[in-house]
Amino acid sequence: MTDPDSIIATGRSPRHKAELRFRAYGIAAIIVSLGFLVVMVGAIVSRGTGAFQQTFVQIEINVPANKVDPQGTRDPNVIKKARFSSILKKAMRQRFPEAKSRQDKKSLYKLVSSTAEYTVRDAVVADPSLVGETSTFSIRASSDVDMFMKGNIDPTLEQSRRRIDDKQLAWIEQLRAAGQIEKQFNTQFFTGGDSREPEQAGIWGALAGSSLTLLVCFLLSFPLGVLAAVYLEEFASKGRINRLIEVNINNLAAVPSIVFGLLGLAIFLNFFQLPRSTPLVGGMVLALMTLPTIIIASRASLRAVPPSIREAAFGLGASKVQTTFHHVVPLAMPGMLTGTILGMAQALGETAPLLMIGMVAFIVDIPGGVTEAATALPVQIFLWADSPERGFLEKTSAAILVLLIFLVIMNLIAIILRRRLEVRW
Amino acid sequence: MTIKNSMLTLAAATLTATVANSSASARDQINIVGSSTVFPFATTVAERFGKNTEFKTPVVESTGSGGGLKLFCAGTGTNTPDITNASRRIKTSEVELCAKNGVKDIVEVKVGYDGIVLSNSRKSDVLEIDVKDIFLALAKDVPVDGKMVPNPYKMWSDVNSALPKVKIEVLGPPPTSGTRDAFVELAMEGGCKTIDMIKAMKNTDKKAYKAYCHTIREDGMFVEAGENDNLIVQKLEANPVAFGIFGYSFLDQNSDKVQGAKVGGNAPTFENISSGDYPVSRSLYFYVKKAHVGVVPGIAEFLAEFTSEDAFGEDGYLAEKGLIPMPEGEMEKVVDAVKNLTPLSM
Repeated sequence: MTDPDSIIATGRSPRHKAELRFRAYGIAAIIVSLGFLVVMVGAIVSRGTGAFQQTFVQIEINVPANKVDPQGTRDPNVIKKARFSSILKKAMRQRFPEAKSRQDKKSLYKLVSSTAEYTVRDAVVADPSLVGETSTFSIRASSDVDMFMKGNIDPTLEQSRRRIDDKQLAWIEQLRAAGQIEKQFNTQFFTGGDSREPEQAGIWGALAGSSLTLLVCFLLSFPLGVLAAVYLEEFASKGRINRLIEVNINNLAAVPSIVFGLLGLAIFLNFFQLPRSTPLVGGMVLALMTLPTIIIASRASLRAVPPSIREAAFGLGASKVQTTFHHVVPLAMPGMLTGTILGMAQALGETAPLLMIGMVAFIVDIPGGVTEAATALPVQIFLWADSPERGFLEKTSAAILVLLIFLVIMNLIAIILRRRLEVRW
Repeated sequence: MTIKNSMLTLAAATLTATVANSSASARDQINIVGSSTVFPFATTVAERFGKNTEFKTPVVESTGSGGGLKLFCAGTGTNTPDITNASRRIKTSEVELCAKNGVKDIVEVKVGYDGIVLSNSRKSDVLEIDVKDIFLALAKDVPVDGKMVPNPYKMWSDVNSALPKVKIEVLGPPPTSGTRDAFVELAMEGGCKTIDMIKAMKNTDKKAYKAYCHTIREDGMFVEAGENDNLIVQKLEANPVAFGIFGYSFLDQNSDKVQGAKVGGNAPTFENISSGDYPVSRSLYFYVKKAHVGVVPGIAEFLAEFTSEDAFGEDGYLAEKGLIPMPEGEMEKVVDAVKNLTPLSM
């Protein structure tokens, strides 16, 4: 079989076929993985897009001056303390006077979000001229009504099996006929913090938390990682200690992330007494996690700089530091930045280390600095996925979309930076 | 070069500034940890509290009852939590741990009840069962002819001929979960006690009694489905012969997809759980460090909000979220205890 004559005798066709087969396998592998991707992204998009819209109800509300601001001061602090829930309930009863029994009234109030009173309050605080007037407010429908409007509740089921009862259905119909209920773009989802009410919940708090955490992580891990890599690659003598350090860094890169969380809990929280649940500690823990990745990537890109560059610089009389920082590091920078951004992207998706330092938490206020309590995008997804309310289903998918877009943007930055800074020789 | 230099100095500056900040000033935000079952209720109150008052919205972490109490009992001071939620009562060992670390006065607040339901898909019939059947179907060892043998039952009808002729397949939470603890204690042990042979063991060999009553079978009939109850609901929808174990609020939210089994003739409805007729229900609590009241701003006001009629009352907003309120009399006692910050006595 192996003598050249027999190979020539069989001709080229078996080899040709083998090549075709291999190509077919390759294409099949790509199609299968693309198929999985399409199914995954398709499922997320189809479930998540609903969250970008929210049902609003227009309702006329009389804001009685004697209840809200009896002294007529129009002071926001006075208005804030008024009981807007009873004002809203009264307006609802006036809109639908047929709701008489206690049970009916309860169903009636459930048409609008339980946070609606705050919407009305904030509107009146923002514009005190509304006090004493009757004006139309656009308020959030409750999550159940919202789900119904989006077709997620089947009205043909028997009453006990759905969360919208027959009376509520009739009221929604009335509102729809009068054009007083409609779906609008849900800006709250992009500008608000977390909430226990699906219709009120927003992603901005988690997005801000993730950004702050990554900022701290970048500020710590990039300079440290690059300096360590430059020293190890360019200055340190290639001895036993250097090899030992290299093995250790490679090992650290493979350590499960929860271990870094435990380390963070023991050192940053318990020993240094840093505040719990903050992006500062989160960023520090994630920096520990991404440091090995950055060092490894930076060393590889330093090694890829041709020795002729160094030799030329030395030949012209440059010192070691000048050679390194004027010639070698700028050439290696695209690779270092790519490695760093990939490390950051990995850090963005981490929840396990954050669990230990208290960032898996319900936080409503938007964090304004690195020492304020915050949560992160993947944590927000986890918390919403775990909530019983049906409305959080679409929020979960929408949050995943936001996370994916964040990741794509980070990777785009990596590509653009590489294109811009890359030098070909 | 210059960019990197400025980055370094910026990083150093932020770090030193924040370290100095955090150690100097006290915390101005309430920190709550604990049970994932109480989490939806505590977060609802926290959100309203933040909106209604000038205080910052409390931070609520979901760490599990045991994990929460561990953090809570680590000591006093602003880097320890102020409040911990628990889906079971604090244990004597935990009170001792607290005392050892200087956490002396703990205020116990009972918030209400939570039912644990055994549910299946709406596509199948409602199961009518009692706790004894639950024990026999799910225990690792069961008595057959006066001897304890590994559970031989494969079908529900093997356990009790009145039950349907389908394979036993139950999806439930893992042992780390408070729901699992409560299910084992209330349903399994409840059923276990009705069998004379095991009941007799309680006096002679308490260890064996507990082992028999509390051990769930591991031969694949009971599937540990993870902590996410939404996932169990989805699996039940896909598999109409399977049953799932989860909290009442998930049944309440998914009543179009799943239905709860009647236990001892009582369906898991709001009324039945509240009146105590439905046997598998547990109390939910939270614990407050008295030493922190007045130190961290807003704790007293937060307690007042949580125990107000608007919140945990009969028609309160927590009932909307699936919490089963306590009867009037019991509620008054809780409100009194909160007002006077009566310390816990075991």
